[in-house]
Amino acid sequence: MSANAHSVVEPSAGAKLAASVLVILYACVALIPLLWIGLTSIKSPPDSIAYPPKVVPFVHFTPTAEGFCNLFTTRSRQTPDYIAGLPPSTGGCDEVARSRNMVVVGASNYVPRFVNSLIIAFGSTALSIVLGTAAAYAFSRFRVPLKDDLMFFILSTRMMPPIAVAIPVFLMYRELGLSDTRLGMILLYTSVNVSLAVWLLKGFIDEIPREYEEAAMIDGYTRLQAFWKVVLPQATTGIVATAIFCLIFAWNEYAFAVLLTSGAAQTAPPFIPIIIGEGGQDWPAVAAGTALFLLPILVFTVLLRKHLLRGITFGAVRK
Amino acid sequence: MNQMPSFDSISTRAAAATPVRIAARVRGLSDTAIAWLFITPTMLLLLAINLFPLIWTIQLSFTNYRANRPNAPVRNVGLEHYQTILTDPDIWARMQATAHFVFWTILLQTVIGFALAYLIDRKFRGHGFWTTLILIPMMLSPAVVGNFWTFLYQPQIGLFNYLVSFVSGVEPASFQMLGDVSLSPWAIIIVDTWMWTPYVMLICLAGLRSIPDYIYEAAEVDRASNWRQFVSITLPMCLPFIMLAVLFRGIENFKMFDLVNLLTAGGPGSTTELASITLKRAAFEAWRTGYSSAFAVIMFVMIFGLANIYVKALNQVKAR
Repeated sequence: MSANAHSVVEPSAGAKLAASVLVILYACVALIPLLWIGLTSIKSPPDSIAYPPKVVPFVHFTPTAEGFCNLFTTRSRQTPDYIAGLPPSTGGCDEVARSRNMVVVGASNYVPRFVNSLIIAFGSTALSIVLGTAAAYAFSRFRVPLKDDLMFFILSTRMMPPIAVAIPVFLMYRELGLSDTRLGMILLYTSVNVSLAVWLLKGFIDEIPREYEEAAMIDGYTRLQAFWKVVLPQATTGIVATAIFCLIFAWNEYAFAVLLTSGAAQTAPPFIPIIIGEGGQDWPAVAAGTALFLLPILVFTVLLRKHLLRGITFGAVRK
Repeated sequence: MNQMPSFDSISTRAAAATPVRIAARVRGLSDTAIAWLFITPTMLLLLAINLFPLIWTIQLSFTNYRANRPNAPVRNVGLEHYQTILTDPDIWARMQATAHFVFWTILLQTVIGFALAYLIDRKFRGHGFWTTLILIPMMLSPAVVGNFWTFLYQPQIGLFNYLVSFVSGVEPASFQMLGDVSLSPWAIIIVDTWMWTPYVMLICLAGLRSIPDYIYEAAEVDRASNWRQFVSITLPMCLPFIMLAVLFRGIENFKMFDLVNLLTAGGPGSTTELASITLKRAAFEAWRTGYSSAFAVIMFVMIFGLANIYVKALNQVKAR
């Protein structure tokens, strides 16, 4: 028997080694698709569909910015003679396009769609946080009639199938002139996110001792001042974590976006799949658009890792 | 869940002892007023964008309204749509496809997710780093990533087919994950499992870590074998957490739309046409608004029931 009390539950070195090998193996396999997005984004279209697949940059293929060029520009095919007659290229994407007998004729819709995603994600997040913090504070601190039923109603709105919700919202927005507007999408995403915000923030606010506010109120603060100057600063971490969750949802959302937007308010997720080149999908351009779109989420995931569990269980699991 | 003690604190008692008018001046708004002021905006938004449309959907489900012909006369058809849907063998086939998808994704994700959590809980060096890496897929946009998976699944040039042929020796052009009637249901199961296994893993990990060491120490004193400890301690104590993950994934996959719409759009034919895709085709392609509203109501009722069970599971876990 072991002399060390800790070793009773501490796994043996062999068990640790086996576990680490299996986990690392899983992680490496699971990350292949993401690695492939990155690699495809720096390949030329012929390299991207080569068989067998080209894996190592500089060895199997020469990295190129063509995917990113094709993502940001629209081009038209021209005869070599016509291109020879043009003034010297300005370099960059112009040069890349000419090498494929094409001329850059304008900017693609990627940037406007990306900007829509940003505006809608940040707008709905800000609104969800303002509404959610207030409601969460009220649910945490006051005796609200039918509290449990209201909380369940709030959560149940998030569980609803988006396509089922989209049918009446489509009709309603058509009546109100909110179809394909950023405001309409902000309101819709807020209604979905506010439920998460209320549940998460109630958990965070429940953890702040009431004695802090009570002490402040004895010192002459009103309830609102105590909320503003005592509770909110204490809840900052929770609010930031909740905001990132709301941002990620709005950023990733596809079902509402594809059904309710088509142009002016279209976000990136319904746009990226319809990036096409000549004769089918331009995979390096799709990969470039995908990579740029996923990058912010990678950063957020690392920032959020301590609060992830809380976020995905509506605040029920805290550790 | 801890029931909050009634709000009988120093400040309320002080407030109760102070004459009303002075209290109002000193304290500003009453607590009740603040409670309503803080809750009302959220409730109004949810009433406008969730409850009102829901009621509208129920009303539409009894009519033959078509959203692409707003001026056509609308007739009340009573329960006809419900009757049609519930007796339609095609709808039952779609429900079977949905059930197949939900069953296999949950089974695979639970088994792999729990195994990974168990391995990570061996606390080898660097487990935090690898856990974060494993979590990445579930944070990404299912639509955008699903779209890229159609590239990986290309028969001749796709990396998935290449790797499968590398391991198994099958010709990479000899099978079509997305175009084949027997393979496409598995194509969507593979991508969903890739994406959401980390979700189950993370919740199982919380379950494993909630088990106090002293229970294992006691079992060790009683000379319980490792297997015995796993079956009698680890699994039962993790079960509420596993249930939580299973229920949530069940709800999410029952209403699955984005990933599958981009991978197969329900095809080939309608082999991967899950309930949400049927609903989208009826509502936004065939424009049978009344009919699809009835279908939506049926889905609402099912989800509502599941959500009820889910919240009970949440509260059970919260009590731990």
